[in-house]
Amino acid sequence: MDNLMSVVDWSRAQFALTAMYHWLFVPLTLGISVIVAIMETIYVRTKSAKWLEITKFWMLLFGINFAVGVATGIILEFEFGTNWSNYSWFVGDIFGAPLAIEGIVAFFMESTFIAVMFFGWNKVSPRFHLAATWLTAIGASLSALWILIANAWMQYPVGMKFDPAQMRNVMDSFTEVVFSPVAMHKFFHAVADGWVVGAVFVVGVSCWFLWKKRRRNFALSSIKVAGWVGLAGMIVTLWTGDGSAVDVARVQPMKLAAMEGLYRGGCGQSIVAAGILNPDYDGKDGSDEFICALRIPKALSLLATHSADSFVPGINDLIDGIELTPQGDTIWHESYAERIAIGKQAHKALRAYDAAYAVADTAAMAKAAAELESNYKYFGYGYLDSPHEAVPPVGLTFYSFHIMVICGGYLMVLFVAVLWLVYKRKALLEKPWVLWIGMLSIPVVWICSECGWITAEVGRQPWIIEGLMPAKAAISNITSATVMTTFWMFAVVFTALLAAEICIMLKQISIGSKKEDTKD
Amino acid sequence: MHRSNCCKNWWIGRVYRFYRDGFRQMTVGRQLWAMILIKLAIIFLIFKLFFFPDILRSDYSTDAQRAQAVRSSLINP
Repeated sequence: MDNLMSVVDWSRAQFALTAMYHWLFVPLTLGISVIVAIMETIYVRTKSAKWLEITKFWMLLFGINFAVGVATGIILEFEFGTNWSNYSWFVGDIFGAPLAIEGIVAFFMESTFIAVMFFGWNKVSPRFHLAATWLTAIGASLSALWILIANAWMQYPVGMKFDPAQMRNVMDSFTEVVFSPVAMHKFFHAVADGWVVGAVFVVGVSCWFLWKKRRRNFALSSIKVAGWVGLAGMIVTLWTGDGSAVDVARVQPMKLAAMEGLYRGGCGQSIVAAGILNPDYDGKDGSDEFICALRIPKALSLLATHSADSFVPGINDLIDGIELTPQGDTIWHESYAERIAIGKQAHKALRAYDAAYAVADTAAMAKAAAELESNYKYFGYGYLDSPHEAVPPVGLTFYSFHIMVICGGYLMVLFVAVLWLVYKRKALLEKPWVLWIGMLSIPVVWICSECGWITAEVGRQPWIIEGLMPAKAAISNITSATVMTTFWMFAVVFTALLAAEICIMLKQISIGSKKEDTKD
Repeated sequence: MHRSNCCKNWWIGRVYRFYRDGFRQMTVGRQLWAMILIKLAIIFLIFKLFFFPDILRSDYSTDAQRAQAVRSSLINP
């Protein structure tokens, strides 16, 4: 078991490492492609040489990021086949179909139109070139759509039926999988997050130009476009974040409880705006979960259910299966101990199916399959030894969620301030401290974005598929030494790639900053 | 000469020349393409070939065997 846990932990660490590195490149691609498309639209409408130069400069940085980031996501698919073979078989075509569509969309749309973007200046008409730039941006977002649909299915498995003969979940409703509310909120949240990342990047680099007292006109024009894209991105992020919170409260209430460090919930539940968790808290009633906390009354109930007096369960309520009504009555749901018992019944049915399958006893197979189907909802709970195994790491989930929210709030203020400065108080954009805030916001936006993913993925532990398969059942029969070796290989390769990207980008930014400003 | 004129009007020829000229005129792009090719070589010729076999595909020859392997693994955790 020690070895198994080690393999699970190393495989999770490896997946987290590759996914987090991949996500350094993806949001910038999503965001800067839209910003470049808007800049080129302005150029096509105004025929201004200044906007042509602005477009070409940011397009070059987009190209560098795209080239370095491309194919880093393929490694995640390798890991499914090697480290997570039980999982990759178990999900069947549900995961395979969106990923296959993503591959086709990514290859045909992005690779075709990126070529026109970079090779097509003076060879195709300005309007055709603009269409290619927009289609590149749309293609990048569509690629993200299919990946996020696959991820959303893991958080909220719908539109499928389990077939014990194939040992796979078979898709029975494509539309349920694609249009699941979790997938839709996740998609718009992630794409809008990309706009914010791209916008902060453009604002930060432009602030560097201003700090160096180079290309003022170029920088201010870039900031105007980025400011609006960033503000729009933040509004969509807030809106879809609210939708995601409602989804999480409904389909992953344990994750919500961990995000809030909430052990005992209640009606009209307050939210912790900021706080420090008590590391000695043992989860028992009567002691404090927090060393200190700043709370907003009723806000968690309002955010989670859009009703200020509704009940939001805590970790202990979920384990016990308790729900309180505003009138003070208690409604009992299945406790986690009961879910584990139901899960074990499902396992027993699968074993019976396996025995019947071996001797081709179709009547016994049908009986076992029916028993399995009626208990399948809690299949994954059968792998847990105690209800507390279903609790995600509260500290990491809580802090990553709150860092994301605080950084998001900061970025909202940043974009409002940036737009106000660039339109009303341009003189302030010469103050070094203002420009340093712009430059230092670049790491903040990536921290914010990565924390969002940590919240989403750590908060759903121990599940790799919510309620159906915990990570420890999804793992392949491999040794931890193999995974450790490739973990460190990835760490070296990805770090080298990141260093290369930063070097090439800095060089091109420096070259771009030394050119003369073009007149309108 | 006749063949060359045909080719000029042929869309595949135009696409070919579009890419050829594009690649020839690259500046930063050369560096980026070198990086992409090195990266793809590492990913597919080293990682995929030596470190990331598809375990179920390499260990079992039919889908029925793969299903049986996963069933056995999941009922005997």
